[in-house]
Parts: sequence; structure tokens; C-alpha cells
Amino acid sequence: MLSFFQETIVPHFNFWIYVVIMMIGLWSVIAKNNLVKKLIGLSIFQTAILLLYVSLAVKEGATIPVIESQVLAGSAHTEPPAAEGGKKALPVINPDGYANPLPHVLMLTAIVVGVATLGVALALTQMIYKDFGTLEEDEVLRKIKALHDDV
Amino acid sequence: MSEHFPALILLAPLFGALVIGLFGLRDHRVCLPATLSALAVSLFAAIALARQVATGGPVDYFMAGWEEPLGIGIQLRADAINSLLLIVIAVVSLLAAVFTIRPAGERDTEKTPYFYILFLLLAVGLFGITIAGDAFNVFVLIEVTALSSYGLVAIGSSKRCKVAAFHYLIMGTVGASFYLLGVGYLYLKLGSLNMQDIHRILDADGTLHDTRAIRTAFVFILVGIWTKMALFPLHGWLPNAYSYSPSGSAAILAPLVTKVSVYVMVRMMVSVFGLDRLEMNVDWGHLVVWLAVIAIVAGSMMALAQREVKKMLCCLIIAEVGYMVGGAWLGDPGRWGITGTLYHILADALMTSCLFLAAGAFAKWLGVVKLDDLSGLFRKMPLAATGFVIGGLAIIGVPPTCGFYSKFYLIRGGIESGQWFYVAALIGSSLVNAVLFFRIFEIAYFGKNPVASHAHGHGSDDHGPHDHTHDEAPVVRREPPLHALVPVLIAAALLVLLGIFNGPIVEFIRTGLIETAKVVSNG
Repeated sequence: MLSFFQETIVPHFNFWIYVVIMMIGLWSVIAKNNLVKKLIGLSIFQTAILLLYVSLAVKEGATIPVIESQVLAGSAHTEPPAAEGGKKALPVINPDGYANPLPHVLMLTAIVVGVATLGVALALTQMIYKDFGTLEEDEVLRKIKALHDDV
Repeated sequence: MSEHFPALILLAPLFGALVIGLFGLRDHRVCLPATLSALAVSLFAAIALARQVATGGPVDYFMAGWEEPLGIGIQLRADAINSLLLIVIAVVSLLAAVFTIRPAGERDTEKTPYFYILFLLLAVGLFGITIAGDAFNVFVLIEVTALSSYGLVAIGSSKRCKVAAFHYLIMGTVGASFYLLGVGYLYLKLGSLNMQDIHRILDADGTLHDTRAIRTAFVFILVGIWTKMALFPLHGWLPNAYSYSPSGSAAILAPLVTKVSVYVMVRMMVSVFGLDRLEMNVDWGHLVVWLAVIAIVAGSMMALAQREVKKMLCCLIIAEVGYMVGGAWLGDPGRWGITGTLYHILADALMTSCLFLAAGAFAKWLGVVKLDDLSGLFRKMPLAATGFVIGGLAIIGVPPTCGFYSKFYLIRGGIESGQWFYVAALIGSSLVNAVLFFRIFEIAYFGKNPVASHAHGHGSDDHGPHDHTHDEAPVVRREPPLHALVPVLIAAALLVLLGIFNGPIVEFIRTGLIETAKVVSNG
């Protein structure tokens, strides 16, 4: 048991966490009857994936991916780095010192997508509430069945 | 100029949406010309791009000149396979746009500009998914497509379409999230998001395919895409979303969204994971073919049970998705299965377009929603009904139409790979389609039942004035207006043309497949 814990769970901690969070979200999407609760579950589901990506970017002892000014300026400290232009050869930057920025950038996009989805979903929920007077899915479905059988 | 065609395809509808957003909200007359001209530019660029591809091989385009594989560039890539799909998307969306022209007398609604904005954004998303060369960009564009399709479904005036859109949204978001997760696993293992780059890395090291991360990535991507394309057990959202949405929305959603998702799956298999490697490493391909067989059977059975025209067509889409998924996974050595799938994507987009345009015309101008109400259709709308018949014959697979040839290639793949159940399901489903459509033809041609019973009906979302309270006879001929009739007939004509010229088209597709295989061997 302990060896399982040490060999399987601890080294892949981030994966276990994201899977658990994701399943909580998925469960609530499937099992909850209230439309808003479903949406909350959907958001949790999406956020779990953000968490996975962001955890991929982490490196031991690394800092945020903003290159320090000394590194950029290099030896040419007589003039500010901004004036150098892109023509001079860039100084060698050790990537191990910085967290990987790419997953963060991707997730920024994914967050925007998630916000847009949630916005559309909430607008739809509002319209459903206006039309049916309830947010409970079973009641909505019952009222739909009671509608006249036309399209 | 000509080197910018890949970007132009995407940017023209995006710009059109912007123009409508800026000016169309105040003056609704801007909407339609902006939509039509934007899509026409896309069509022109897509045809020009296909010519470039035909003469000079695949075209790579880097947005703003940021070359891959740093991971920050936006690469567009057109090859022999997707350049044809781009043309079909442009044609189908143009037909759908023409269909939505409102006659001068008809009242305009508040929603008109929003409809066209969503329509163009949907086109942007579909073009983008098809042409993007980067796995993450495909995710973003899938979501652009999905968000605009939720809007297009919910824009109708019926109460049902909001609930349908909500369910579509839940399923669609979960599917897209799975896709994103799969891309995450690919990035985790390979450190790249560019499709060609991933392909190169995977191909250089044959053992990578056997690792758990890559297998997980592949399965997640597949499940996500399958949700998006409504493969049978994941199809729940499709029938309601497409049949309760307004006719204009359904005419672009139903033909294109599922087909483009199928293309994404094929793209992942062919030009990301590599067909040869997949066949070597994936030993559950026959299970996917079984899944497809189940989808075909279930879709056909559900179609038999439907009483409404559009619902029936939606169930047929589910069966057709089964055809395409099965064909892609046949794994026959001659690659006829996957050729058939790619050809069927084009054919099915046009078939579904033709049928949904015709069904939309019936619903809008005759108020006909149910199968039984179609009686006397041939006397009322002879031309539109002819278009519907040609679409139906294409779905059944009658020789001069493209449906016959795509089934021919799929069946050839099935026989060469020894997947007899798939072949049987394909033929059985054709028989079911024949039963379905000949029942409709019979009702429409010989049916004496007057439409009178629900002439004042509740009809579709926006039915015109109709006063046909006549009993048995005399039936007045009332063709839909020209702008609705012409798209139906053009789509029907294209079905026949695509069938007649299947030889060169299939040849073109196969050069694309061989080119990707060459990339594999060159490394």
C-alpha cells in the first residue's frame, strides 16, 4: 500500500489531482438535475484541464518566464537593452531557470474559450428559465413533452 | 496576393462578421450582401488554393511570418485532402446563405444581424478547423465553431431549441475538453503542438507510439472528436439540435459540422499519428469498426422510427457518421476505406445540404414537418421535390450520384480488409434508406391525404403566408421562391457532378494520402 502510494501517486501527484477534480466536474454534469449546477460542474471539468497544463510548465527551482534584465543586457550595460534592437545575437539563456511559458499561454486562450462557453450557457439558462419558469432539468423536459407536438 | 489565399479563406468571413457587427446592427440591409460577398471571396480563394495544391503540392502558410516550430506561430496547411473540403464548405455555406434571403415583403426581425454574424463565424471556424496545421489551434477553432452553432441553434423562436442548444453545449464542451486533454498529453510527451512536427517526432522514434502517454492522447482525442461528430453512443445532442433549429441554421450546421469533425479525426490519423504506425500499434481498430457498424445500424433503425422529416434526416446523419468512421478504421492495405471516407465527407456534406435545404423549403413554404403531410408534394413543388429526390437517391446510393461511388469505395475497402459485418451494415443501411425514401416518394407522389389538416398550423419557425385549405383537389403549384429553389437545385446538380467526376477527385485525394505517406518515409 505504502509502496503504491510512493511509486504511483506521489510522482504523478498533479495527474491524480486533475483526474479527481475532473471526475467531480463530470459527475456533477451528469448527475445534477439543476441546470446551473450542471454548468458549475462543466466549469470544474474545464478547470481541471487548465490545472494539468499549468502543472506541466512547472520546473524545480525555476522562476516566472520573464528574462532577467542583466541576462538580456549582457555585457552591453552602457546602453539600455531596448535600444539594441533585434540585430545583435541574443545572449544564451538557460531554459532550466524559467518555467515553460507555452502551456500558460495556451491556457490563457483556453480560459477565454471557457468564459465564452459559460457566458453562452448562462444566457441559454436564462432563456430556458424565462420560457419554462424552472431550472430543474426533469421539469423542463416534462414541460417540453407537454408542448404541442409540433416543431 | 496569391500566396495569401490560405489566410484569405479565413479572414474574409471574419471581416464580414465584423462589418455586420459594425454596420448591420443599424441597417439590416448590409447583412446579406456582406455575408454573400465574404463567402464568395472564401470560395474563390478556396478554388484558387486547390489549383495551387494541384499544381505545386501542399501549401504551407505562416500567419504574420512566424515560422514553426517555436510553438507560437499559426500555421495553415492546405493539402490535396483538405483543399477539396474547403471548397465544399464554401459552397455549402454559400448555398445556405442564399437560402436565407428574405423576400422583400417578409418582415425583418431583430435577430437578423446576429444570425448572419454567427453564420459567418461558424464558417470561419469550419474553414479554420480544416486548414489549421496546429493541434491547439484546431481546439480553439472547434470551440469557435461550437459557440456559433449553439447560438445558431438557440436563435429560433421555439422553446425547444433553447433546451436543445443547452444539451448541445454540454456535450460539445465535454467533447472539446477531451480533445484538449489529448493535445495536452501529446505536448507533455513530445513538446510540440504543430501537427507536422508531431508527426516527424513520432515517426523518427517508432517506440513512442507504444508509450502510455501517446496512446492516452490518441484515445482522448478520439473520444473528444467522436462526441463532436455524434458517433452513435455519443449522438444524443444531434437530432434535437438540428431539427429544432431554424431552417437557415440547419442548412449550414447539419451538412458541415459533423463532417468537418470526421475530417479532424482522419487528419489526426493520417497526418499526425501516421497511418502505418497506427496500424502497427493500435490493435483495437476492428473494435472501432464494430462501433461504426453499431452506429450505422442504430442510426438506420432510429431513422425508420421517425415521423418528422428533419428528425429522420438527423438520424441518417448518425448512420452516415458511422460509414465514415468505419471506413477510416478499416485498415485495408490499398487504403480504399480511408479514400472512401474522405470522398464521402465531401459527398455527404452536399447530400445533407441538399436534403436539409429541401426540407427547410417544405417546412417554410408548405408548413410540412411530418412525413405524412408530404402528400401531393410533387404537384405543389415539382422542382424542389425533384431536388429532394436526387438527394434521397444519393443517400441511398443510386449510380449517377456521388452516394453510389462513395459507398463503392467504402465497400471495396471493407472487402479488402475482410470486415464483412461493416460491408453488410453498409448494404443493409442502403436498403433501409431505400425503404425510407421510397416511402416518402410514395407519399409525395401518390398520397391523396390533403395537407389541409394543419394548414393553419404551427409550421416552422418562420412560415410564410399559406392558405391551402383545399381538400383533395385542385392542387395549386406553389414552388418556393427562387432564392430557396436555386440552392436546392444547385446542390442536387453538384451531387450528380461529384458522382460523374468521382475518378479525378478520388485520384486527387489519393495523391494527398500518398504525399503524407512520403513525409513519413522521408522523416
